[in-house]
Amino acid sequence: MEISILTLAMLLALPVIVVLAFVFVPTGDIWHHLASTVLKDYVVNSLWLMLGVAIGTLLLGVSAAWLTSMCQFPGRGVFEWALLLPLAMPAYIIAYTYTGMLDFAGPVQSTLRDWFGWGFGDYWFPEIRSLNGAVLMLTLVLYPYVYLLSRAAFLSQSICVLDVSRTLGNGPWRTFWLVAVPLARPAIIAGLSLALMEALADYGTVQFFGVPTFTTGIFRTWFGMGSSAAAAQLAAGLMIFVFALIFIERYSRRQARYHHTSRRHQDLRRYQLTGLSAFLAFLLCFLILFFGFLLPAGQLLSWTISVADYVIDAQFLSLVMNSLKLAAIAACLALVLALFLAYGYRLFPSRPIRFAVRLAGMGYAIPGAVIAVGVMIPFAWIDNTVDSWARQSFDVSTGLILSGTLVAVTFAYLTRFLAVSLQTVESGLGKITPSMDEAGRSLGFKPVQLLSRVHVPMLRGSLLTALLLVFVDVLKELPATLILRPFNFNTLAVRAFELASDERLAEAAPAALAIVLAGIIPVIIISKTITRSRQIAAEHRDIA
Amino acid sequence: MTIQLNVAQVAIRYADRTIVENISFFLREAEIGCLLGPSGCGKTSLLRAIAGFEQISSGQIQIHGQTMSTPEHTTPPEQRNIGMVFQDFALFPHLTVAANIAFGLRKLRRADRNARVDELLELVELAHARDMYPHQLSGGQQQRVALARAMAPRPDILLLDEPFSSMDSDLREQLARDVRKLLQKDGITAILVTHDQNEAFAMADHIGVVGQGQLHQWGTGYDLYHTPADRFVADFVGQGVLLPGQVLGKNQVRTELGVVSGELEPGDEQDATMMVDLLLRPDDVIHDDDSKLQAEIVGRAFRGAVYLYTLRLASGQQILCLVQSHHQHEIGEMLGIRLEADHLPVFRRYPS
Repeated sequence: MEISILTLAMLLALPVIVVLAFVFVPTGDIWHHLASTVLKDYVVNSLWLMLGVAIGTLLLGVSAAWLTSMCQFPGRGVFEWALLLPLAMPAYIIAYTYTGMLDFAGPVQSTLRDWFGWGFGDYWFPEIRSLNGAVLMLTLVLYPYVYLLSRAAFLSQSICVLDVSRTLGNGPWRTFWLVAVPLARPAIIAGLSLALMEALADYGTVQFFGVPTFTTGIFRTWFGMGSSAAAAQLAAGLMIFVFALIFIERYSRRQARYHHTSRRHQDLRRYQLTGLSAFLAFLLCFLILFFGFLLPAGQLLSWTISVADYVIDAQFLSLVMNSLKLAAIAACLALVLALFLAYGYRLFPSRPIRFAVRLAGMGYAIPGAVIAVGVMIPFAWIDNTVDSWARQSFDVSTGLILSGTLVAVTFAYLTRFLAVSLQTVESGLGKITPSMDEAGRSLGFKPVQLLSRVHVPMLRGSLLTALLLVFVDVLKELPATLILRPFNFNTLAVRAFELASDERLAEAAPAALAIVLAGIIPVIIISKTITRSRQIAAEHRDIA
Repeated sequence: MTIQLNVAQVAIRYADRTIVENISFFLREAEIGCLLGPSGCGKTSLLRAIAGFEQISSGQIQIHGQTMSTPEHTTPPEQRNIGMVFQDFALFPHLTVAANIAFGLRKLRRADRNARVDELLELVELAHARDMYPHQLSGGQQQRVALARAMAPRPDILLLDEPFSSMDSDLREQLARDVRKLLQKDGITAILVTHDQNEAFAMADHIGVVGQGQLHQWGTGYDLYHTPADRFVADFVGQGVLLPGQVLGKNQVRTELGVVSGELEPGDEQDATMMVDLLLRPDDVIHDDDSKLQAEIVGRAFRGAVYLYTLRLASGQQILCLVQSHHQHEIGEMLGIRLEADHLPVFRRYPS
C-alpha cells in the first residue's frame, strides 16, 4: 500500500521532474538564439501581465467582496453569487468575444463610424489585441479568486473587532483600511496568487492577442524550432515564477491561521447604504458582472443563434461527445486516484506519504503547456525505444503507442487536475472524525471494508463535487489538449480556439457557449458550499 | 469467576517519551473498572492499547484469556471482540439508529440480527427512534445508541472513552448510574476512562488512579478516598489539605490541632522525629462552638445543604471545614472547631 502510493505520486510528478531535469541538457545554438532574441520579451511580458492582473484583480475582487459581505444595498443577495459567474468564462473565450465586439469590423467601431461619419484611419481606438488587452481580459475572469477568498475572510472576521475600531473613533473607511484589510491580507494574497497562477498558465489569450510570453514561447520553440529540450527549458523558466507563487500562497495560508481574532461570531450587521452610495455600490458590482459575464455571454449567445443552423451538425455533436468522453474518463480516474491517495494517507499518516500526496497534488499550479511538454518527452522516448526494439527483434514497427493517443492526454489531465479532486476528497474525509473509523473497526471491520461501508456513503456529496469540478476543468483545458491530442481528434475547447484563430468568431460561438454553460456548474457548487457552511455556522451559534 | 481483562506490566513509549509505564490490573467477568486521572496522564492511550489502536512497548494485554497485545504482536481491533463507546459517539450519520446498532452484526442471520437490534432498542429505551437518524436525536439519546451499538455483538469487554464528557455536568452522574444499570443487566465487563471522579464513583466497581503515566492505586472509590496510597491520589480524589505534623510514636502524630492518630506507613512508626503530612478531609473537621480550638474564617462557598469554609489556623496554615448551612458565619469571624477522625492517612515528608 505505502509503496504503491509512493510510486503513483512519483508517476504523477514525472512531467514536472522531466521538465526540471532538462534544464541541464545542452541545446547549443537554439538557447543562445532564444536568449538573444525573444527571451527578454517573454520575461518582460510575463512580468507586466502578472503586475497588471494583480492590480486589476485586487481592485475588483477586494472591493466587490467588501461591498457584498459588509454592506447592504439593492441586489446584494444576487451579486453575492453572481459575481462568481466570470469563473465559468475561460480567458481565451472572453478574449475572442471582446475582439469580435471591439475590432475594426465589430459592432462598437461600426456604430461609432456611423454616428460620426468617420472612415478608416480618421480616429483612434484602443487596440484590444495587446498586452493591456490581455491584462484586461484576464482580470475580468480571474478576479473571482480574489473575491472568493477575501469575502470568506471578511465574513469570518468577528464583527467585534470592527466594532472596537468604531468605538475608538474610526469611521467605516478608516476601519476598512486599518482593521478589515490587514486582517484579511493573508486570504487576499492567497486568492491573488491563485489568480496569477492562472494568468501565467494562460495560453489562449496571449496567443490570440499575439503577445509573446513563456507559454506561447514553449509552443513556438517546440513546433517551430522542433527543439523539445529548449521548450522544456522555457517551461522550467516559467516554473520558477510558479514556484514563487506557490510559496507565497502557502505562506499566506499559514499566516491566515493567526489572523482569527475570536472564536465567537456574531451575525454581521451590514452597513446600510442609501441614496447615492447604494447606487454606486450597485453600479460597481453590476459593471463587473456585466463586463465579466453578461456582455460576453450575451454576445456568444447571439452569435450562436445566428450560426446555429449550419454549425450545429453531426460534426459538432461528435465534438461534444469527444469532450464529454474525455472529461468523464479523466474525472473518474482522478476520483479513484484521489480516493486511493487520500485514504492511504489516512491509514498511514507518515511523512513520506504526506510528501508523496502533496507532490501528486502539485500539478494544478503547473501550466498546461509545461505539463504537455513534460508528458510528451518521456512518452516519445518510450515509444521510440519500444519501436526500435521491436524493429530489431521482430522487424515490425510498433509506431506510436503512447504519444499522440488518448492515454497521453488523459495522463496530462490527471497530473494537472488530480489536485482538484484530491483536495475535495481530503476535506470531505477530514470531516469524518477518526473515531468513526475506530468505531467501525471495534465492530469487526477491516479498513478496506470501512471505505465502502462508511466513508464512501458519507462522502457522496464530496465525491460528486470532485467529479464535476475535474470534469469541467478538463472541458475548459486548452494548451495540453492542443499539444497532446491524437491527430484529428478535436474537442470543444480546441475547435473553439482554432475557429477563433481563423477569425471565424461567430462559428466558434456554439462550442464556446457550451464550455461556458458547463463552467457554470462549479460556480453553483461553490456558492452552495458557502451557503451550507454558513448555515452550519448559524446552527452552531444556536446551540452555543 | 473468570478474568476477562488482564493488563500486565504494560508500558507505552514513543521514540521521545513514555506515555505509561508498568501498569497492571485485571477485571473479572461483569465487573466495571475505571481509569481516572487528569488529562494527559496516559489513561486514554491505555484504553486505546486495550482496544488495539495503540501498540504496547512492554508487558501484555489479555482479553478473555487470549493474549491480544505484546510488544511483538498487536491483534487488530476488528479481531478482538471488543465494543467501544467514543467521546463523540461516532455514530454513522448516513445510517438509521437500527442500522447503526446492526452495523457490527453482519455475521448474524437477518432474523437474529433484527431480534438483537430490537432487544437493544428495548434495553436503551429507544424503540420509538428505530428509524430515525442520529442528527434527530438528543445528546443523551445518541449516547445510548452508541452504547447499544457497542453492546450489540456481545463483546468480551466494553471500552468507554470519556463517554459523558459532552453532556451537561448535572446530567453526568445520573447517566453514569443509568449506564451502570444497563451493563449490569446484560452482565457486561466494561472499562471506562474519565477525569471526573463523580462519574467514576457512580459507575465503577474498581477505580485506577493514573497520573503521569503511573497507576498510583487500584481500588474501590471508598479506598481511594479514605486510604489513598500516596500524595497524588490524596490530592486528586476528593477535597482536603495536607497538614504538617511530627510522629510521636505508635501511630501518634502531633499537629497544630493536637495529637491525632494517623495511619503510618509500616516501618515509620518508631522514628519519633520524623516530619509528616496528614491528609485532612473537610468532613474530618467539625464545627463546635464550645471548642477551645478556634480558627479564622477566610473564605466560604455555599454548597446548598452545607457551607465549605476555608479556615486559617494561628500558624497561617489553611484547612477546610464543612458546616450545615443554617449556621451562618461571616468572613473574619472566629469559628470553634474540633477534629473527629481516626487513622488519618499520613505521608512522609521528604526534605526538599
